[in-house]
Amino acid sequence: MRRFVTHRGIAAPLLKINIDTDAIMPSREMKTVAKTGLGKSLFASWRFSDIGTDKEKLNPEFVLNQAEYHCTSILLTGRNMGCGSSREFAVWALVDFGIQAIIAPSFGAIFFTNCIRNGLLPIVLDEQVIASLAEYVALDPQINQLDIDLKNCQVTGSAGTVYPFELQSGFQIMLLEGLDAIDITKKLDKKIDAFKTTDIHKRPWAYLN
Amino acid sequence: MKYTLFDKVWNDHLITQQDDGADLLYIDRIFLHERTGSAALASIEENERSIKNSSHVFCTMDHIVDTFPGRTDQTTMPGGSEFIRVTRDLSLKGNITLFDLGDERQGISHVVSPEQGIALPGCTIICPDSHTCTLGGLGALATGVGSSECEHALVTETLRFTKPKQMRVVFNGQLNSGVSAKDMILNLIAKYSAAGGSGYAVEFSGPVVEALSVEARLTLCNMAVEFSAFTGIIAPDHKVFDYLKDRPYAPSGESWIQAKEYWSTLSTDDGAHFDQEIEIDCTNVSPTVTWGTSPQHAIPIDGQVPALMSEDGDARRSMKQSLAYMGLESGQSIEGLPIQAAFIGSCTNSRLSDLRIAAAILRGRKVSSAVRAICVPGSTQVKQAAEKEGLDQIFINAGFEWRESGCSMCFYAGGEGFVSGERVITSTNRNFEGRQGPGCRSHLASPATVAASAINGAITDSRKMGIV
Repeated sequence: MRRFVTHRGIAAPLLKINIDTDAIMPSREMKTVAKTGLGKSLFASWRFSDIGTDKEKLNPEFVLNQAEYHCTSILLTGRNMGCGSSREFAVWALVDFGIQAIIAPSFGAIFFTNCIRNGLLPIVLDEQVIASLAEYVALDPQINQLDIDLKNCQVTGSAGTVYPFELQSGFQIMLLEGLDAIDITKKLDKKIDAFKTTDIHKRPWAYLN
Repeated sequence: MKYTLFDKVWNDHLITQQDDGADLLYIDRIFLHERTGSAALASIEENERSIKNSSHVFCTMDHIVDTFPGRTDQTTMPGGSEFIRVTRDLSLKGNITLFDLGDERQGISHVVSPEQGIALPGCTIICPDSHTCTLGGLGALATGVGSSECEHALVTETLRFTKPKQMRVVFNGQLNSGVSAKDMILNLIAKYSAAGGSGYAVEFSGPVVEALSVEARLTLCNMAVEFSAFTGIIAPDHKVFDYLKDRPYAPSGESWIQAKEYWSTLSTDDGAHFDQEIEIDCTNVSPTVTWGTSPQHAIPIDGQVPALMSEDGDARRSMKQSLAYMGLESGQSIEGLPIQAAFIGSCTNSRLSDLRIAAAILRGRKVSSAVRAICVPGSTQVKQAAEKEGLDQIFINAGFEWRESGCSMCFYAGGEGFVSGERVITSTNRNFEGRQGPGCRSHLASPATVAASAINGAITDSRKMGIV
């Protein structure tokens, strides 16, 4: 899995609440089983107008289409980011587009885990802090970039102001070292089988053959 | 030590607690579908891994298959046949039980799973689909996951979770006539927001929940994810046991007796701790309809679209966008709003009891000529059972299309969808922008409200229709 240690990048404010995974990656854009090449469809309904017609064009109002936000790699959003459908296609599209971190007051639970599993760092910060970060980057997005340090769990914004965040240590280590969750769990195979040996006596009805 | 229902199921699946705060849980059942299950199966192939216990893995075709009569592998959704083919090939290769097109057991995963006795009380069950929480209605610990987590569960029979906080929502009083589980959950989300359950596993309880049928409990838990909860769960009782008895994959014989004994212990101990408790007085719950683009944008059917002033920064911005998208203004009444389409289906409200309620309203009546109305039974078995009772004829005579089972137009996958700018009254779970078609405006409601509105061509309180 892709590692995440530190990152400095352009941050774009998308300060809506309840941004759902249908908005991040519309189902109609999930045309193959593949995880790659999905970035072009990211936020398709917001990024493009007259989508699917011959008049289709970029929507100049949408933040990621604006020249000053070119090469955005960090998103600042409202609460409950990534709610809705479990589709990991949403995270694959964000990663393919070049997004490396999302800062929000809260996340949809399935989306949060999907981010971690794909090396995309979800950061929880207070809504007021995010509003002030958004104000700061908006002054000059290409210059006022944000610094993220996962080892020390902090975001640095305006005039070196440091905002600490929390992340469960297991997630932090997986991201820092680029570890694969399945590989880690497979090392616990003996424990898993021992559990089953006991469990099958306790809940024999739960086992199908 | 006093334990909650959720604690009990969690603890009985706990293999080991990791130093980093994660718990490794044993996963009893895995359900896949062709949309995101295919990605998990393909990834297993690519990484040269294998499924650890295929006898606990099931798969169905529901998400992108067509629901027209006489359907084939070809889909109106572009590229859909690839998802079907990959799922079929890899299910066969992985020795997974597949409920394929043409199989009498086919249907929406969360409808099929209880129907076949695959989901059971006290079991952990995951599916790469956010509405897996539906199965909490049986007393299962059920949650939706992404494709990577699904792959983890397939390869190891386990998942790592951080144990969520716990909330109890007690539904007191009694339901007014014409009010259903769908109205209860919309009411909860409207009151406490679409993020109200964030970080929590939610137990639904109280006299009203106890009085609900098993199918209605599945509806209630279905939208726990729309509350942003980790899952919803309801203590299993004799209704659940009766429902599961003799289902194909449910335990039988000696095993059934052992199961029932175990299941009978699955309720929250008196005095067990919840991090948050909410009470809802159901005497105040009316038929509920959404006006906006989040399930939290729900109001009583006789209510008005709220004022922008009542919201703060980010929320206000979002609400403004919702109003513009929905073509509505603050203060507008929801009742009487003209609709162009009506949809009954989805893992929320497509079971036999839902179809019976709708049919009771549709009997002897005609859908407005301005409305395209569609009914998609949740499973092939629901469809057959409905046809045996003659419900299909009631729907068809009223002017509804009567379809094969699947997720259908609950979401737009690039094939069939509702028209831009049109209003749809829908028994589904999500009213997101473009959810049922680009530019389409979805109003979530109960099957009764959908049926009544289809007839009048405008959003209608079913209680004013009377049953003929």
